[in-house]
Amino acid sequence: MNRAPGVPALELRGIDKRFGAVHANRGVDFSVAAGSVHGLIGENGAGKSTLMNIVYGFHRADAGEMLIHGRRVDIHAPHAAIAAGIGMVHQHFMLVENFTVLENVILGVERGARLAASLAHAREELKKLAHDYGLEVPLDAMVSELPVGVQQRVEILKALYRGAEILILDEPTAVLTPQEAAQLFQLLGRLREQGKAVIFVTHKLREIMAVTDRVTVMRQGAVVAEVATAETSVRELAEKMVGRAVLLQVEKGPAQPGAARLAVQDLEVRDRRGVARVKGVSFEVRAGEIVGIAGVAGNGQSELLEALAGIVASSRGEIRLNGCDLVREELDARARRGLGLAHVPEDRLRMGVVAAFSAQANAILGYHDRPAYNRGLLLDRTAILAGCEKKMAGYDVRPPDPELRLASFSGGNQQKLVLAREIDADPSVLLVGQPTRGVDIGAIEFIHRQLVALRDAGKAVLLVSVELEEILGLADRILVMNCGEIVGEVASADATEEKLGLMMAGVRGEGHA
Amino acid sequence: METYTLIVLTLAATLRVATPLLLAALAGMFSERSGVIDLGLEGKMLGAAFAAAAVSAVTGSAWLGLAAGVATALTLALLLGYACITHRGNQVVAAMAVNIMVAGLGPTLALAWFGLGGQTPQLDGAGQRFRELVWPWAQQARDVALPGLLYAELLSGHSLIVYFAAGLVPASAWVLYRTRFGLRLRAVGENPLAVDTAGISVNGLRYQAVLISGLLCGVAGTYLSTAASAGFVRDMTAGKGYLALAALIFGKWKPWPTLGACLLFAFTDALATRLQGVALPLVGVIPVQFILALPYALTVLLLAGFVGKAVAPRAIGTPYAKEK
Repeated sequence: MNRAPGVPALELRGIDKRFGAVHANRGVDFSVAAGSVHGLIGENGAGKSTLMNIVYGFHRADAGEMLIHGRRVDIHAPHAAIAAGIGMVHQHFMLVENFTVLENVILGVERGARLAASLAHAREELKKLAHDYGLEVPLDAMVSELPVGVQQRVEILKALYRGAEILILDEPTAVLTPQEAAQLFQLLGRLREQGKAVIFVTHKLREIMAVTDRVTVMRQGAVVAEVATAETSVRELAEKMVGRAVLLQVEKGPAQPGAARLAVQDLEVRDRRGVARVKGVSFEVRAGEIVGIAGVAGNGQSELLEALAGIVASSRGEIRLNGCDLVREELDARARRGLGLAHVPEDRLRMGVVAAFSAQANAILGYHDRPAYNRGLLLDRTAILAGCEKKMAGYDVRPPDPELRLASFSGGNQQKLVLAREIDADPSVLLVGQPTRGVDIGAIEFIHRQLVALRDAGKAVLLVSVELEEILGLADRILVMNCGEIVGEVASADATEEKLGLMMAGVRGEGHA
Repeated sequence: METYTLIVLTLAATLRVATPLLLAALAGMFSERSGVIDLGLEGKMLGAAFAAAAVSAVTGSAWLGLAAGVATALTLALLLGYACITHRGNQVVAAMAVNIMVAGLGPTLALAWFGLGGQTPQLDGAGQRFRELVWPWAQQARDVALPGLLYAELLSGHSLIVYFAAGLVPASAWVLYRTRFGLRLRAVGENPLAVDTAGISVNGLRYQAVLISGLLCGVAGTYLSTAASAGFVRDMTAGKGYLALAALIFGKWKPWPTLGACLLFAFTDALATRLQGVALPLVGVIPVQFILALPYALTVLLLAGFVGKAVAPRAIGTPYAKEK
């Protein structure tokens, strides 16, 4: 392909797409130069994914045209995109888990009907690619046995093996540890040096600032800005994304902690295979404070939270809620709720809601047996409806339609409804896991304010999050977990990202050394 | 008869009983590996059994019967594919509908065409059935001790379809693990989205898989009515399609273990036939009903107890639809 200098690797002109009543892309112009990393940001539902799916041939645009290296192309299906040199690394990896790396790489681009030749050829090619890009992966390992970061490299290798010149990465860091993310950023640098055009789709502004050359901001299906990264700032991008000024830092006064509400002593939790995931942790959460638990995902925070909520059993130790030993009393999740222990689970869709139910049904889940919602044997539908309307109004859930299926709400609005449900029950302790996972930046601000307000109302809040910024912004005290143990405790005033990062990697901090 | 003659004869019967099971189980393997539950094995086999017997009875040619059986099963497979793949219908419901429809349609058509109370005429003309092939020297070898008997009864003396089924096991394994088609088939049953993003048609692959299933069910059904017996009778599959599905699960959707499962089921069946009326030490004569229930009881026990670790193709039963 002969390339005139200055002609973008990929150019979109006037892309328009509707899904029924939803106008997902409104006349989008977008272009990416070869040898650059181009950020694409926007809130959930801003139309980024639709645009990228059009580029990859998953959806067809209603109007508009697409040029690759200045030539008009018609991408009607993924195989046409692959042929045109477009590769995409999806947020949820498109890998067959019980295949080897090699089998995954050749899937769809086999050479001939028999596999042996294809596998041998791919092995050679991948060795070359691994050398060129520093992308070492074990070729004969099952994908399911590889860490997430390595699986992502397999996806990138897959695209490169197909000869991708334009590489789309959709929310690539959502599943990565900070270290893995750093490796990915280095890789993006190498791809840029090799002349690839990289499109980096994310809603994390700091990542945009760290790795991109230019950035395009989308809002409500349209492009609202396209700037050089060096000439903009996180604050400016956030405002463009949301369409108004955003408070990135939560405003909160000093904590005024009172009596201990939740006291955990030597708690151990084992998983189904009998492996200890939480290894004898002890801590307290007092009234009027937010205690944050930081850590790389998978270091026992999830198990800890579920054990506290009564979803999984603990194998040793005690959990006291206002002095009552929940473990010895053998109280289950429901009984714990009854005693004032509310829980916003990490995995909203799996544990927090029933997506197929209406919003009003979801707004009473777990509290459906409360007298307020019942009249004799039957549910009091009027009260449930009124309760849901009140919660929706109070927590700015949009659209405020109690009849709508929960699945039709955006992640942020789902989360606001869950939060409303749990806080409305007036708990003395609130357990919150990943409160802003999959939540828009505008809703994040709202959720953070609610948590601080709850603290100021004298409740105890235990916050588990893998987003360091969130922990730093909200928590009054920070506990760091590594391999199932609390490796350190820091007052939020003394906490820095570097300090926490070291502890998250297992270096012991003060207090528990 | 001497004991070992009895054993060899039971094993030979095992092979004959196993053949339709194996064909159906491998048919199911292709379909299910692509992500389409194949509960319609029973109906496709039964339809093929009827068509094969009917055409063979009319034309006098077992081969034309086979063609008709295969064509019928392919048609039913296409019907299922249209409902479950193109229109993303519920695979279980659609398959059960086909099973029930065929169970009624076969005898009804037989009654209308042949007036024999829902059966097809006896196939006793030359060339109307797939006869046992007797290998060279089989008669003579029978008298030469055990190896000769094994040769005569186990290797020789089966219809062509039995050998076809036996050859199909390595062939299926080769296709599944060594070819491009096999790779894609396994992938589409695990993660159809990955296949779609790799630029391969998910529905195209699933149609191919479902058609292979139809083809093999056609052969299995033809075997039942023109080789194992001489004509079609009502409900002649007698749950073999479901038993094949059980064997497939027990065999973890892999060709060789599935062969083992089919042989095991067939062996209990052959044994049950042998044990009828035989006084066993300690227990005496077991009522025939118990003996006949043996293969099915074994199925339940095996599926309950031994296949806990069997992992089905991940996308099985889920119609593929792009988001939005």
